[in-house]
Amino acid sequence: MHTALTIARRELAAYFVSPIAYVVTAAFLVISGYLFSIILITSRQASLEGLFFNITVVLLFIAPFMTMRLLAEEQRSGTIEVLLTAPVRDWEVVLGKFLAALGLFAVMLLFTLTYSLMLWRLGGNPDWGRVVSGYLGLCLLASATLAIGTLASALTDNQITAAVIAFAILLLLWLIGAAGNVATGAASVLQALSISDRYDDFARGAVNLADVVYYLSLTAGALFLATRVIETRRYR
Amino acid sequence: MIEAQGLVKRYSTRTAIEDISFRVERGEILGFLGPNGAGKTTTMRILTGYMPPSAGSASIAGHDVVYDALAARQNLGYLPENVPLYPEMSVVGYLDYMARLRRVSQRREAVARAMEQVHITDRADDRIGKLSKGYRQRVGLAQALLHSPPVLILDEPTVGLDPRQIIEVRELIRSLGGERTIILSTHILPEVSQLCQRIVILNQGRIAAVDTPQALTARLQGSQRIYLEVAQPTPETAVALAEIPGVEQVQAQGQGVFDIQHERDCDLRQSIAALVVERGWGLLELRAVRMSMEEIFMQLTTQEDTTTVIEPDGEIPTAEEELVTTS
Repeated sequence: MHTALTIARRELAAYFVSPIAYVVTAAFLVISGYLFSIILITSRQASLEGLFFNITVVLLFIAPFMTMRLLAEEQRSGTIEVLLTAPVRDWEVVLGKFLAALGLFAVMLLFTLTYSLMLWRLGGNPDWGRVVSGYLGLCLLASATLAIGTLASALTDNQITAAVIAFAILLLLWLIGAAGNVATGAASVLQALSISDRYDDFARGAVNLADVVYYLSLTAGALFLATRVIETRRYR
Repeated sequence: MIEAQGLVKRYSTRTAIEDISFRVERGEILGFLGPNGAGKTTTMRILTGYMPPSAGSASIAGHDVVYDALAARQNLGYLPENVPLYPEMSVVGYLDYMARLRRVSQRREAVARAMEQVHITDRADDRIGKLSKGYRQRVGLAQALLHSPPVLILDEPTVGLDPRQIIEVRELIRSLGGERTIILSTHILPEVSQLCQRIVILNQGRIAAVDTPQALTARLQGSQRIYLEVAQPTPETAVALAEIPGVEQVQAQGQGVFDIQHERDCDLRQSIAALVVERGWGLLELRAVRMSMEEIFMQLTTQEDTTTVIEPDGEIPTAEEELVTTS
């Protein structure tokens, strides 16, 4: 675990020396800030519910860019050879990389706390329970999407390819519930698999154990597969 | 210290190495020599635990590289080919990171010492991406030395360096030998004969020879050769030379140049010189021809016929010759 944190720390620092972290954070804040003010002005409600839903969509688009570099670049440049010949376990490498991406997203979310602060300072009285559950849901959703991105990055040594793979998987998981409208028989199953439908209850202030377990197992599953991919890379 | 037994690495379409076995004792410097694609890097990657062998086993300081991987890796420093580094990090930042990964106690001292060893202390805060090839190579070496490992595995440590840097790196490697066990690969032949106590010559994934540089040279010289050049050769020169006891074969190569093969363990230069002077042929040059590492290497790795001695082909071999005299 100590090693995973060391790797995460380096990776997080690498984010902030390249423009990627700034560009992604800036884009995220511009879009979420715009949405926050538009929703606030039109609805005149001290609620972040609408914003939360929109942030999940933004996340779908930016997560592949946050994770594409993680393992693909190490494999392209060959630095993975130094990493994997140090006394480091494969899962520690994968976990460290994932934690760095999650850390970057946490930094981005931290900025959005100003929105709640504004609601409060402007005299609104938001439902704090909903705000907390909304943020909890975002963190869980982000951990699942970023883990899938980490897996995509393990699969290739090309960052663009990694981003495309991540986006394709995420989009499929996002839209899988929509197929329920047509395939009515399997609707409940398909919606249960959907990464976006699972978020609804969080935004409305309900934290269901099933949803938490869903996101956590998706995260664990993707990271497990990424570790296996790195392991099999040793055999190629 | 390092032991490899029957290492095999197969890829789906080809076999990279086949039945590689060797031992390296504590404090020894072993050189891997071989043409590109001979399996040097593959063997090193197996030893470092980067990839497991398809068959066979290897151990570093008594730890199996597959089943006791972390302990084996803790005992080795590795400089991969092409020295992959993170360009955005500073030298000291990178070394500190690697020291953390290796769980080096007293990191600050270890990083300072490693930088001192490879003379990059003055570039400590520079970004790695801005360093020249020579400095990057040193950063890679410093990384391998951080945790003072008993075993060092260096894949082409001098490739891409200028002559002065090459000498510096060789000096460094030599100074590390003795206390550390080192395997290095190279395609620069004089380098192995200078640095290594033993050489493993790899060819097409197999070991073609393992021996000391001296023994390899001696072993391959079934008979000794002498290069002779005279000013005024006569038709009977070759015949007269062939009659000297011990001479096996004389080849006239034109313009008064003769290639004389003689039995091992006898030095015929004196008698040849005496004969040439006596007959008044005008001695221009006389020297023993030793096979250079290049020639040995060519012999061991050229497939057609590994027993024929390579002809000088009118060109004078460059390395390890002994000039006796000119008239």
